[in-house]
Amino acid sequence: MNPLQLCLILSSLLFAVGLAAALARTHAILVLLGVELMLNAANLNFIAFWRYGPPASPADGIMFVVFSIAVAAAEAAVGLALIIAVYRHQKNIRLQEANRLKG
Amino acid sequence: MIAFAVIALLILASASLAMCLRNLVHSVLLLVANWAGIAVFYLWAGAEFVAFAQLLVYVGAVSMLSLFAVLLTRRSFHDLDIIPESVSRATWALLTAGAVAGVLIGTILGSPFGNVTEAAPAVSMRQLGEELAGTHVAGLLVVGIILTVALLGGVVIASKDKEDKS
Repeated sequence: MNPLQLCLILSSLLFAVGLAAALARTHAILVLLGVELMLNAANLNFIAFWRYGPPASPADGIMFVVFSIAVAAAEAAVGLALIIAVYRHQKNIRLQEANRLKG
Repeated sequence: MIAFAVIALLILASASLAMCLRNLVHSVLLLVANWAGIAVFYLWAGAEFVAFAQLLVYVGAVSMLSLFAVLLTRRSFHDLDIIPESVSRATWALLTAGAVAGVLIGTILGSPFGNVTEAAPAVSMRQLGEELAGTHVAGLLVVGIILTVALLGGVVIASKDKEDKS
């Protein structure tokens, strides 16, 4: 097994942990954090292929990850703002009870 | 390889423990360890710039944002402990995640990757800056617009309405 496969397996396992959290937990913040874990697993893949993949332009993998981190940060900010808005309307952020969008 | 094993253990253990805990503050603090572990992985792979971006954005900013959201959305001091989920929901989630992981790992192990390049690609900070401001300048501008719009949107969504005095 070469190091590229090890890195990819690590990121697959991290993705699975994030997926399990996003599906199993009912607390909105934990679901959002599970999605963040999945995004981080994708970034691990970019770096693994940049490091061990076939030679390409040396900065490409890093550019992918930098843009991906920027978009993930925007997503986290908007997601947490939505959670606070839902909490203000319903005084609860369990996903089963947050089943209507009109406040 | 020992360094990789330690990093992988840190990443996976902190992530799975964080997602199992009942106390949200503990979960977020463990996720900080997880994000720091991912930054260490980037350092190990030789991508220093990405490692420090990860430290700044995740360990610095997203963790603070999550902690604020946790503390702003509780009703009392003891409200941090969340209600346990139903067993069937957890079982199905674990089954799905296990199936996805199985398919992914099976595919990875079965793929012919050929020989990997052993030497890390050498890229200097100056080269990165020139790529970012030259080849990828359109992407950089779009990311700037996305971040501005997300910031304004977050403020608008989370801010109180004027007539809502409660």
